[in-house]
Amino acid sequence: MDRDATILDVMTLPVLAARLRAALPARAVLTDHAQCRTYECDGLAHFTVTPAIVVLVETPEQVQTAVRLCAQSGVPFVARGSGTGLSGGALPVADGVLIVTSRMNSILEVDIPNHRAVVEPGVINLWVTREVAPQGYYFAPDPSSQLVCSIGGNVAENSGGAHFLKYGFTSNHVTGAKVVLPDGELVTLGGKATDHPGYDVLGAFVGSEGTLGIATEVTVRLMRRPEAVQTLLAGFAGTDEAGAAVSEIIAAGIVPAAVEMMDALAIEAAEAAVHCGYPAGAGAVLIVELDGPAAEVAHSFAEVERMCSANGAFEIRIAADEDERTLFWKGRKSAFAAVGRISPDYLVQDGVIPRTALSEVLSRIAALSGETGVRVANVFHAGDGNLHPLVLFDGSVPDQDVRAEEVAGAILDICIEYGGSITGEHGVGHEKKKFMGRMYAEPDLDTMQLLRCAFDPDGRCNPGKVFPTPRLCGELPGRRKGVHPLSEAGLAEVF
Amino acid sequence: MDALASLNKVCGEEHVRPGAAADAVDGVVPANVAAPASTDEIRELVLVARDAGLRVGVRGASSKLGWGMPPAGLDLLLDLSRQARVLEHAAGDLVVRVEPGVRLVALREHLAPARQQLALDPPEPGATVGGVIGANASGPSRLLYGTARDLLIGITVVLADGTVARAGGKVVKNVAGYDISKLYIGAVGTLGLVTEAIFRLHPVPAARRVVTVEVATAADAGRLTQLVTDSQLVPTALELDWPDPAGPGRLTVVVEGIEPGATAQAESAAGLLGGGAEITDTVPAGWGQRPYGGETGPAIGLKVSAEPAALRPMLDALWRVADLHHLATAVRSSAGSGVSYVGLGAAADAGRDAGGPAVEIAATVIELRAAVAPYDGSVVVLQAPPEVKRLVDVWGPVPAVELMRRIKDRFDPEHRMSPGRFVGGI
Repeated sequence: MDRDATILDVMTLPVLAARLRAALPARAVLTDHAQCRTYECDGLAHFTVTPAIVVLVETPEQVQTAVRLCAQSGVPFVARGSGTGLSGGALPVADGVLIVTSRMNSILEVDIPNHRAVVEPGVINLWVTREVAPQGYYFAPDPSSQLVCSIGGNVAENSGGAHFLKYGFTSNHVTGAKVVLPDGELVTLGGKATDHPGYDVLGAFVGSEGTLGIATEVTVRLMRRPEAVQTLLAGFAGTDEAGAAVSEIIAAGIVPAAVEMMDALAIEAAEAAVHCGYPAGAGAVLIVELDGPAAEVAHSFAEVERMCSANGAFEIRIAADEDERTLFWKGRKSAFAAVGRISPDYLVQDGVIPRTALSEVLSRIAALSGETGVRVANVFHAGDGNLHPLVLFDGSVPDQDVRAEEVAGAILDICIEYGGSITGEHGVGHEKKKFMGRMYAEPDLDTMQLLRCAFDPDGRCNPGKVFPTPRLCGELPGRRKGVHPLSEAGLAEVF
Repeated sequence: MDALASLNKVCGEEHVRPGAAADAVDGVVPANVAAPASTDEIRELVLVARDAGLRVGVRGASSKLGWGMPPAGLDLLLDLSRQARVLEHAAGDLVVRVEPGVRLVALREHLAPARQQLALDPPEPGATVGGVIGANASGPSRLLYGTARDLLIGITVVLADGTVARAGGKVVKNVAGYDISKLYIGAVGTLGLVTEAIFRLHPVPAARRVVTVEVATAADAGRLTQLVTDSQLVPTALELDWPDPAGPGRLTVVVEGIEPGATAQAESAAGLLGGGAEITDTVPAGWGQRPYGGETGPAIGLKVSAEPAALRPMLDALWRVADLHHLATAVRSSAGSGVSYVGLGAAADAGRDAGGPAVEIAATVIELRAAVAPYDGSVVVLQAPPEVKRLVDVWGPVPAVELMRRIKDRFDPEHRMSPGRFVGGI
């Protein structure tokens, strides 16, 4: 194997640890294996790697110091927020440093006149909304994990949420960031204003999955609470009928805040877990939420109700108050965890298809499930075609995990076949990088690599993520030299 | 010339010719102009340019070709007006795939039967999709729908070395890989050529109401703008038109939706704006137009971006500085978004003017930059004669410019794509 100077000397890590301890508060640096093991995985718990060193940073200067020292030692590093990511994006590197930003959790400024908040990366998503709710504002991106996930993680993954359809994902709601680049330089991207001259580097940074640097400060857009919110829950015989209702809603020019669907198996799981009382015997449940000016919402909501009925909804419930609305959402938001009630283990997928292909793709998934005997529960953002198939298996039965992985992969292949994406909001991370080559051609990936090399020529910032076989930045296209040694180093302990 | 022969071979003699004075890009006449009709032809032309070391520029309808700095060199200008097909409109998915030469007006007509729109409304006449991306041009409806960065979901580009790369895709929700599309928005062609774009669409609302009110002072304009943006109204646009600081300004709020919804919102908006507010169904004359250029407008055009709540200090600073330098101002502001366009001309000159003495213009830009800096402000000179561009950096200071240079060096190591036109000499 072509090992070069980037491979670490055995003395490198202990010396780096000493340098980190000398430069940072003593409690900020962990090297004890048992302590470091606490950070061996993120929300995708079946991939584990124990990092050599964990640094618990509290200030932007400490992030800069840690990154600089890593750069000087040639040691790779990975940033981690709350560790709730579902693609292994914060999976550590064995011979590297894990920089944990969860202690950087201050909301630095709330600027209501400009509709902005400036926060540290460890601030929890929902804290922002809680902070500004008394003034009638909120932070729009609302991943299901919003109680625990951090803004830094949201920025890294470009997190979406149930209300993506109308309000977009994190990149639409971040106007500025301060970022420590892989060489330790601190740069300011964007700010409270928009349209800053220069390349939209901020736009490219959001969603780069921690591979271009570490955000130490994020400026987010605050949205005004809508005047009215109305939510309905409709029970249908099956997903085809529910899907037809969604098509009619979209065709009528209505843009709901959210349109969520669950199939029979997902409903069964949610009932078992949180007793959400969804319509009995439903083969599909649709949650439709409209928000905006009261007159607008009232009119469109009546239309939506009519369209659900016309497409075969046998029961429609309308949330009378916030408690009922919360109950509707409870089943949906707990769906991932809830499948634990009907299956010992499961894989969550995050494929996207053109919304109009929903019916066909669900049939293909059902057929796949039938052929393989692997059960698949479907929970999805029906308005934007973002599927979250939950592939069920029992890890204690030999080979079931392998078959579940195969089914999950086959579902992503179907998404690609329909012109969709392998990930709508969870990110590629470690888990899905092998699918990148199926979704994008080699020149596409090479072009992404150009950006990577502009930020991180030595490939030390979250190595081994997103890209299947990253090249060394000096390499010319067409002159590949096999697997990048760092990605190999990063993978060493995974399998 | 070898290169010319090679260019001819790619897209046919009738589509390649020597550049003429009328082809000049900000004063620089291209050696050759070629009009390719496809991504493949663009790629072939770029390969010829690569082998011959040609510096390449691009134009759509030329409506914003004077923005930025003049190119440091221009051997081959690609005219994308022939690459103007709407390739795919997936109405049920609210997505459209287009070639860069498609004009926004043509696209609007194409989408109208489906009652859908690409919610970008920059006013430059004839503006093409490619030009809007390259210049990051926007108009009044950016308040509700955002700008190109919020609507562009996929892109095909040809890099300086002839690589054809795609990023993003045909689904709106997609986070697979880097969002390369973002880099091409506002990049003035410096990272390569956009040869295909995929946008998300929005439904065309059924009804529109327009609420206007006269404002006497910058303080009033700022206060009323804040009232509207702090309300639970969801306006499509909130624009301020102030043609002359000696007279009043006019604030216009556009609300859209279903008929009763738009009416109710308009009434609420009128209530917020106070006594003199009027509700109509049509936008005022000259809606969203830039306050410079054209037959009668001032020759100098600026774009001022700042925190949205800084409208009043921005206006006060502009008027103070312009007055000091004996310049007249005309302002059109996407007030709710913090983005304003300013026309500058010599004061007390009724007709078209040359833009006043270049030194006064440059001084105004420099002092205005300092005045809006505390509000995260920036001032970009969009349109100005060469003597002004020689005196002042049209882009102004850019914090992460070294990082941007590194990006440029990776994408275009020989600096042949629109060289010298962008920030920091990129």
